[in-house]
Amino acid sequence: MDVGSLVHDRPDLGRFRVHRSAMVSPAVHELERQRIFDRCWLYLGHESEVPNPGDYARRVVAERPLFFARTRDGELAVFHNTCPHRGALVCRTDRGNAEAFRCFYHAWTFDTTGALVGVPDIEGYGPDFDRGEMGLRSPRFDSFRGFVFVCFDRDTEPLREYLAGAAEYLDLVADQDPGGMRVIPGSNRYGIKANWKLLAENSVDAYHTPFTHRSFFDYMAGAAGREAPAAGDRRGFGRSLGNGHGVMENDAGYGRPIAMWHPCYGEEARAEMQGIKDELIARHGRDKALRMCEKTRNLLIFPNLVINDIMAVTIRVFQPTGPAGMDVTAWQLVPAGEAGARLRRRLDSFLTFLGPGGFATPDDVEAVESCQQGFRSGGVEWSDLSRGMHREPRGNDELQMRCFWRRWRSLVAGTPYVEQYERGLTPGAVPETAPSPELTAAAD
Amino acid sequence: MATRPAPARPFAAGLPADPASLLLQHEVEQLLYLEARLLDDWDLDAWLALYTPDARYVVPTTDLPEGDPRSDLVFIDDDRDRMAARVVRLQGRHAHREYPWSRTRRFVSNVMVTAADGDEIEATAAVAVWRFRGGESAPFVGRCDVRLRRVDGRLRLCRKRAVLDHEALSDHGALSIIL
Ligand code: FES
Ligand SMILES: [Fe+2]
Repeated sequence: MDVGSLVHDRPDLGRFRVHRSAMVSPAVHELERQRIFDRCWLYLGHESEVPNPGDYARRVVAERPLFFARTRDGELAVFHNTCPHRGALVCRTDRGNAEAFRCFYHAWTFDTTGALVGVPDIEGYGPDFDRGEMGLRSPRFDSFRGFVFVCFDRDTEPLREYLAGAAEYLDLVADQDPGGMRVIPGSNRYGIKANWKLLAENSVDAYHTPFTHRSFFDYMAGAAGREAPAAGDRRGFGRSLGNGHGVMENDAGYGRPIAMWHPCYGEEARAEMQGIKDELIARHGRDKALRMCEKTRNLLIFPNLVINDIMAVTIRVFQPTGPAGMDVTAWQLVPAGEAGARLRRRLDSFLTFLGPGGFATPDDVEAVESCQQGFRSGGVEWSDLSRGMHREPRGNDELQMRCFWRRWRSLVAGTPYVEQYERGLTPGAVPETAPSPELTAAAD
Repeated sequence: MATRPAPARPFAAGLPADPASLLLQHEVEQLLYLEARLLDDWDLDAWLALYTPDARYVVPTTDLPEGDPRSDLVFIDDDRDRMAARVVRLQGRHAHREYPWSRTRRFVSNVMVTAADGDEIEATAAVAVWRFRGGESAPFVGRCDVRLRRVDGRLRLCRKRAVLDHEALSDHGALSIIL
């Protein structure tokens, strides 16, 4: 099955298109499970969610129930959430603090490192029963700047290597406070009836912003006396960060809660925000500090992690549930030192745009669901992602989506990943072929 | 592992059955029914007029029903200005998940007055909001805690906190309507 034929990538012709089967085919979905979600580093959670010994939080990652914890010694631990005895979920609450983890079924008990420390009526087991073999199992995991990832393939490169150029962008978030960043309580959990890759695209798409989110800009204009930015006039750029990761970095249209004052924050916040900016400049130098303060960044870490440092910082991860469905979870990350009025400004800034009740996110959900519905119409086989291929990519071009798709193609087709140089030479140009019928068969 | 959280608030024993209390119960119910009706009719200006100038409308996230908008992530934390902006947005053509508007029907029941102190009254109710659009239907089910104030002889809403019972908005995708 030539799944590589679903992406046509011809910088020499200014053409980049994705066959819509990639968004509807059950065969493609199954391949993604095996070749992307069982191979890539996947975001699990943030270390600040389990600050104290015994803290734990549970997750579902790529349909697998997992949980992570802080051991009694303060180490991070990640476990498959299944009892080594006969399979029951060991962690059955979303978060909490525990002395030990006890499986409710037959009451086997594991300490915070996962070691089996209690077996009721152990005399029922023979002399060869090895307790040491019966602890909780851990997937491969690693953490970078507090962001914890898991990987279900032992052969995948180490996390730091996998992150490639995305690491610099995680630094730009993690360095915003000398005390680090923390995820605040409460998360947005919602389902979207669309293919997960449409949300990956949408999350790094600035082209749609002035149109889809017009009502948000109207609101800001009313609230802050500012005109909405016109299409195409945002200054910024898109960048491929290697391994399928991409970013768009743009001038902030309004203020930024980190330290870019704007009338909507009120006069009383002005001096305080200048002080924060000065501190950031002193700590990181002018260039990096001003980038942190005055640019927005929409970062897509392949395959399903988005960190948007925009009106506030959100971590968004989406788990495919089928070709046309996904579960989304989003958190808010704040500088650990922010409290009081400063924190409130940030929380308020988040809610104007982001989340299921915000003034923009519902419109994105509507947009990607609308695309998924449109695919059913047929008549159009390919979606176009060529914007900006002929020029130095701007923030509202589609380079950051193309690098996602190039990585996608290399993984599902099992071909080497080649960074495309879109202007001039095209070392990775691949001949275009028509997708075979088994790929284009849609679910019902 | 985790201890079971205590109920958010112990219910009052209920209002005594004297005429004044019966009248208050009736008034509170009628105001909540009116609010539901105005929202179902998309008469949002009239809905907003039910609220006092210092009003607040809060919806915590599904995983943190006790969430505090001052320190936690919530779905909605609107002061009166943002409630008005929400109305403007929903009345325009660019709230794409509500253009055209969904059809909704709100059911308000189990109304209990939980505190009455002079002109300020607190009440709680069970709410189900059915929403239909684009071939999909999903109910929002939850509890609604309100604070009411008597202004010039008429009851007004000054606080509404809608606490959803769902574990996630799996079927909804968004909270595009006002609960
Ligand atoms: S399945 Fe966990 S103790 Fe038996
Ligand atoms: Fe958007």
